Amino acid sequence: MSDLLMTVVDWSRAQFALTACYHWLFVPLTLGLGIIIGVMETIYYRTRDEKWLATTKFWMTIFGVNFAIGVATGIILEFEFGTNWSNYSWFVGDIFGAPLAIEGILAFFMESTFIAVMFFGWKKVSPGFHLASTWLTALGAAISALWILVANAWMQHPTGVTFNPETMRNEMTDFWAVAFSPMAMAKVFHTVTSCWALGGAFVAGVCGWMLLKKRNRDHCMRSLKVGGWVGLVGIVLTSISGDTSAVAVAKHQPMKLAAMEGLYKGEPGQPIVAMGVLNPAKEVGNDEEPYLFDISIPHGLAFLATHDFNAFVPGIEDIIAGKSMDADGKPINTVSYEQRIAHGKAAQSALKQYNAALQTSDSSRLQEYKQVIDDNFQYLGYAYLDEPEEAVPNVPLTFYTFHVMVTIGGYLVVFFLVVLLLLYKPKWVPGRNKLAKLGYWLAIITIPLTYLCSMCGWAVAEVGRQPWTIQDLMPNKVAISDLSAGYVQTTFWIFAVVFTALLIADVSIICKQIAKKSKTDLNVLETK
Amino acid sequence: MTHEMLQQYWWFIMSVLGALLVFMLFVQGGQSMIASTEREKRPLLINSLGRKWELTYTTLVTFGGAFFASFPLFYSTSFGGAYWLWIFILFSFVIQAIAYEYRTKHGNVYGTRFYDTLLRINGFVGPVLLGVAVAGMFFGADFTVEKANILNVNAATISRWGPLHGLEAIASWRCLLFGFMVYFLARTLASLYFINNIDDEVVQRSQHNFLIINSAIFVVLFLGTCAVILTSPGVDIDADGSAMWKPYKYLDNYLQMWLALGALAFGVVMVLTGIVKTLLNKKFKGGIWWAGIGTVLVVMSLFWVLGYNHTAYYPSLIDVDSSLTIANSSSSEFTLRVMSYVSLLVPFVLGYIAWVWWKMDRTKLTQGEIDQAGDDEIY
Repeated sequence: MSDLLMTVVDWSRAQFALTACYHWLFVPLTLGLGIIIGVMETIYYRTRDEKWLATTKFWMTIFGVNFAIGVATGIILEFEFGTNWSNYSWFVGDIFGAPLAIEGILAFFMESTFIAVMFFGWKKVSPGFHLASTWLTALGAAISALWILVANAWMQHPTGVTFNPETMRNEMTDFWAVAFSPMAMAKVFHTVTSCWALGGAFVAGVCGWMLLKKRNRDHCMRSLKVGGWVGLVGIVLTSISGDTSAVAVAKHQPMKLAAMEGLYKGEPGQPIVAMGVLNPAKEVGNDEEPYLFDISIPHGLAFLATHDFNAFVPGIEDIIAGKSMDADGKPINTVSYEQRIAHGKAAQSALKQYNAALQTSDSSRLQEYKQVIDDNFQYLGYAYLDEPEEAVPNVPLTFYTFHVMVTIGGYLVVFFLVVLLLLYKPKWVPGRNKLAKLGYWLAIITIPLTYLCSMCGWAVAEVGRQPWTIQDLMPNKVAISDLSAGYVQTTFWIFAVVFTALLIADVSIICKQIAKKSKTDLNVLETK
Repeated sequence: MTHEMLQQYWWFIMSVLGALLVFMLFVQGGQSMIASTEREKRPLLINSLGRKWELTYTTLVTFGGAFFASFPLFYSTSFGGAYWLWIFILFSFVIQAIAYEYRTKHGNVYGTRFYDTLLRINGFVGPVLLGVAVAGMFFGADFTVEKANILNVNAATISRWGPLHGLEAIASWRCLLFGFMVYFLARTLASLYFINNIDDEVVQRSQHNFLIINSAIFVVLFLGTCAVILTSPGVDIDADGSAMWKPYKYLDNYLQMWLALGALAFGVVMVLTGIVKTLLNKKFKGGIWWAGIGTVLVVMSLFWVLGYNHTAYYPSLIDVDSSLTIANSSSSEFTLRVMSYVSLLVPFVLGYIAWVWWKMDRTKLTQGEIDQAGDDEIY
């Protein structure tokens, strides 16, 4: 691979990461606030208490501003699969395209149709129709997340497909295996419920600021009751689905799990690092210690990965050497990475020969090569690697993002419990009045912390998968379009400037809206 | 259904989505006319369009997603190849999405005029360049497709394009003719939409004037585009699968596919009827529906002559064998079948969109509604 081509790969990755990061700044709040607004409007619908309507409309304003920029950054992501990853588009279009099309037909139209009713239909449709529209907008956003996450999960764990050597691509053979793979379901629940937690944290933080300013206490209490419960349910479900995710990762992406833990050599009953600092001198194959400092929980990783306290969890060097664990959590020897590269090259060579035999329609040769391809295809992606170490993701980035995510996630469970305790049983909390200011500040700081947690989650999922675009089948360097590095670099900077400018406007509008509306009485409806 | 029938079916679905997208470009056409409207009436136009912009946007995204799913080789060849063309299109839609929502919001940093400029850019660039992109499917592009490249470690890309990566299409007079035809169609439809959607005498008068100018230019450009397409060669696929250039291919297709010819003729009559009835009768408000349905029929017929009747819908100018057909670029039979079940929901989706549209628009937009709306209920 030439240096020039590597540069195109780097810029293409940077551009996609940039777009995904910006998109992911806005989408979680849309998903989280969608549920919160739906609950608030439902309470209004049942009670016809206009205070709840005023509160609903307050959060709806924030939802609208945030929704628009989420939509804007989303369109680029969809089309970047084609513009920057054209080989990928062909190689998996037969599988990946279907969830994307279903997303468009089922989810996007639902969102875009009913959001207009949500904002402009208060005086044009009945309250019941309006409430249904609000929920359908939230549902549309959730369905949209479902299908794109199904597609992403397939990249982490390709299933339900077969490779067709005549078309040089994967073709879907079992839709349900793609749509409902354990990896996909874990990812969908983990991601969507984490967005509820983010929505809850956002509401709590904004209310914390208003309470600090001594504005609209009743409105804040109403908002916190809904936001607190949605946040708590969200973070509990995120934790449960996170456990399911970890088991799926241990089974299908052991290298990612090893990188998440900075684990180079595993052992039965592997401890988990609760807190630690990686040793920068540690590389695959050298004798350096992996951590400069660590606090570990005995048997923790073994239980997390397999639900068995004594199971063997392979480290990076074990996996490269071909060590794995069997169904009972015992260490076994499987295919080493050297062997995988050899298998991959065998599949690649047979594919070339198959392609040549197609021209002569030599059926016996075709059969023979097809057999070789079938026997070795699961390692095709390794044919493009020069050495086994290329298959190791960025360990520090995966390790730290994973630990930051888990730490903040744990904090959020406590945070929401305290919020609800203060709302429902304030007398149980001694010194609550003296500590009020600290609590409000804590709520405010929880907003950026939750965003950081959410971003880290994505980083773990995507960085931990490297160098693969599709796990074991297609590395990044094979997935790209035939473009010059300069072209992609140019568009990267254009998008960086535009998205940053839009982010500044978005944050500014949201802050100004909150500040302006907090000065009005949010117990009554705004009239003009 | 056989694989071949599924491919034909999905090309039909693409023609429906493409046609609906062109119809919905009235939003962009309207944006391009805001600056030419009386200043005090601009909020009416923007708020009228603002309640529809997401439908256009969603149709574009679904059109792209459906192309990816049903004809992934087109997705990988055109998007990765005509890079600049698609990036400009996407960029123009990114800036549109936030412009409506932010333009009047307190604290929007850059001011209302900045966001209105973004709307104008999208109003011009969106229709023109989408037209240029579709025109490339008629007139061909500089690309090759070699699937075995994926086995080549040093140069694995299957679809390769000339060095200009889509800029050459923007400089082609034939593509630009098509693009400007789409632009003036979008402006014509926008005037008809405003006349239908806004109850205001000043707006009605000015839009009738716009309609005269825009529709006249559109008709001239449409006739020119038809003449160019019908006299252009296309790539014909013979019985043994060989591709070759054939003069008047698209004209031949129309003559051989009476349904496409009928849709074209009927569509043109409906568009002209919508325009003429609106111009002759100031009380007639239904021109958008006549012209809208007519537009859908015409665009569908164009897609049919582009892809059916053994035609390559994306000819390669440098290697005719690389030309894309609905047969060689489609998804597998299994995937197309699965998606065909999903496509049965399309009428239901169109049904609820129409129902919501009717519920929201049965009371026409007035200056009074804008004046009385809360800050969050207006753009």
